[in-house]
Amino acid sequence: MFEYAPAPESRDIVDIKPSYGLFINGEFVDGHGESFKSINPASEETLAEIACAAPQDVDRAVHAARQAYDAVWSGLPGRERAKYLFRIARIIQERSRELAVLESIDNGKPIRESRDVDLPLVAAHFFYYAGWADKLAYAGFRRSPTDGAGGGADPRPIGVAGQVIPWNFPLLMLAWKIAPALACGNTVVLKPAETTPLTALAFADICRQADLPPGVVNIITGAGETGQALVAHPDVDKVAFTGSTDVGRQIARSVARTGKRLTLELGGKAANVIFDDAPLDQAIEGIVNGIFFNQGHVCCAGSRLLVQESVAEELLGRLKSRMATLRIGDPLDKNTDIGAINSAAQLEKIRMLSEIGEREGAARWSPPCELPSRGFWFAPTLFTDVAQSHRIAREEIFGPVLSVLTFRTPAEAVEKANNTPYGLSAGVWTEKGSRILWMAERLRAGVVWANTFNKFDPAAPFGGYKESGFGREGGRHGLAAYLDV
Amino acid sequence: METLTDAASLGAFLHGLPGVDQVGADERAARLATRSIKTTAKARAIDLAISMVDLTTLEGADTRGKVRALCAKAVHPDPGDPSVPKVAAVCVYSDLVAEAVAQLKGTGVGVASVATAFPSGRAPLEAKLADTRRAVTDGATEIDMVIDRGAFLAGDYQKVYDEIAAVKAACEQAHLKVILETGELMTYDNVRRAGWLAMLAGADFIKTSTGKVAPAATLPVTLIMLEAVRDFRARTGRQVGVKPAGGIRTTKDAIKYLVLVNETAGPDWLHADHFRLGASSLVNDLLMQRRKLATGVYAGPDYFTLD
Repeated sequence: MFEYAPAPESRDIVDIKPSYGLFINGEFVDGHGESFKSINPASEETLAEIACAAPQDVDRAVHAARQAYDAVWSGLPGRERAKYLFRIARIIQERSRELAVLESIDNGKPIRESRDVDLPLVAAHFFYYAGWADKLAYAGFRRSPTDGAGGGADPRPIGVAGQVIPWNFPLLMLAWKIAPALACGNTVVLKPAETTPLTALAFADICRQADLPPGVVNIITGAGETGQALVAHPDVDKVAFTGSTDVGRQIARSVARTGKRLTLELGGKAANVIFDDAPLDQAIEGIVNGIFFNQGHVCCAGSRLLVQESVAEELLGRLKSRMATLRIGDPLDKNTDIGAINSAAQLEKIRMLSEIGEREGAARWSPPCELPSRGFWFAPTLFTDVAQSHRIAREEIFGPVLSVLTFRTPAEAVEKANNTPYGLSAGVWTEKGSRILWMAERLRAGVVWANTFNKFDPAAPFGGYKESGFGREGGRHGLAAYLDV
Repeated sequence: METLTDAASLGAFLHGLPGVDQVGADERAARLATRSIKTTAKARAIDLAISMVDLTTLEGADTRGKVRALCAKAVHPDPGDPSVPKVAAVCVYSDLVAEAVAQLKGTGVGVASVATAFPSGRAPLEAKLADTRRAVTDGATEIDMVIDRGAFLAGDYQKVYDEIAAVKAACEQAHLKVILETGELMTYDNVRRAGWLAMLAGADFIKTSTGKVAPAATLPVTLIMLEAVRDFRARTGRQVGVKPAGGIRTTKDAIKYLVLVNETAGPDWLHADHFRLGASSLVNDLLMQRRKLATGVYAGPDYFTLD
């Protein structure tokens, strides 16, 4: 056996302060809520004390954003806004190693992913929307009939955006939210998730490094109540949320009848559909990447595997062999494939649903693997003999747990794939091009990947059907959420 | 394994193999190439890589003197350090086999001979067989043959199969490595089919390239071939080896190939009996990195022999 020696990425590059304040109007200030700790989920060590924004802090942040919107940002020509965004994108690239290490420490994701996936996409998002900032008049939306500093041609921004993001891709979700908002001329107040605030706070520092005018970006930390106060604030014009469907519902209720714009990117239970003529070895990689990428903490994860019965046995044999090669452990080890579960609460939820899966009669399997004694860990898990009526086939587990179902015909595959309240993503694996198109027309999912999975690009719009939310992020479509169109 | 007795069933079988998605295969190979092999793992990998090298010279200008020099290097890659393992074999043209055999007698280093009108494979079968028999008579322990790419691309799988089987028979005790020349097959589907065809016809090893066509060995092509030998063993019980050849020059490259073997075919293939690296300049880079690991400093290129 070829044992790989530990190859840890150095932590020396990050400088985590003992405590962090709220970033309001270009400065770090104290919060009036009760501060909380951010921990490293791989070791349970405390990383830093984080300020909590109470309602008066939220008010202050929204006020700062409003002032910056009125006095500076909304009046800047697009090409000037673009300069700041390009500058931010370049600083992110320059500091990418630091940010990747910080992300892995705070979130638990493997450094290979934060380094090779998250950070390149973060920078790419800022570059992409920087390019749009002075071309909004050509984005295909109605042009503003009246003035504006752009000479009346550009569609106008909305105002102050209140943005609440999840813990699974902390910095990437920040980029998805902030880059288009700023490019379109809005100012923002963003709340990162309670368990993963550190890269957002590092981003605050990047805003200062880029000389972004104070108040254009405000970062407030806290738990659910802070988020509630932000989305309910009367001076917020636009709310953008990524997270669970339950919280999404609450937010939708809270902004109803207020005139605020709302986009929601919520949960998913994506079907990854494997036909018998699929390129099997690549399909195995796609399945693994679909569900074990980021410990399965991915809203568009391919958590339901639909396999054509004629190849199910062969495919599952190969999948098990492949799963046995996954390396679980220290997120900072460059050879780690699966890192730590983000929090004790999430680990508990994954355990609970997995136990329910067993009780409901599905067969549970994991490769033999040693899990570290400290921290939050869950072995990659496969459930076979899963029925559509099992909870593990219906509920979002948000962990490294794959439910396998079979189908006989393409029509049955579509029926089962669509038989979910969610509709965020889907995968189709077949060597037959016409079947890919046939499936893509029928799958009710915002993204349909063909012979690949979990592929992201800032130019491609992303968003859901049904209970997976509404609105699109990314691409030209992503501009619509931040323009008065 | 079913017997494929006629051209039609052979073609149907090869075209019934699961397809290869090129983008996905390239991605998988690229991701495995990011594995970070350090310290003790690196030391082990370097020694393993040295022991898997087929030290090769295949030039029109080759002489007996050149072959003698290469054989000396094969037995003692680093004359100053007896702990360095020997390479697996020396690989030469068939007319120089006798010289290599004389030099390597009793050392445990194999003698591989390219044969069958290497590198193009464009010669009548009788000439290819004569080439092979002569090398075997002269003592070659391994034969590296080339397939008829023209016949393969024209869909005449039976001709390719029959030639490989005939050469295999002519090899007697010698191991047969079948060179697919993947740089001329172009698609990964072709690589997978050619690999299976060679294994069905009796290959002991499947080898990527002659080194005379660009691109020679690449990670994705080797990945496809490793998947093929893995699946072939699962189906038939017979374990066939893989040899990427050409363009592997650095320790980093060699380690990437070992990672690919480890995580695709599995540790059973991590031995010179089942995996080889066809290379020449690679050995000195491996030696240089080996000494760097041991002493902490790089020795200049003048401290390693040019042969």
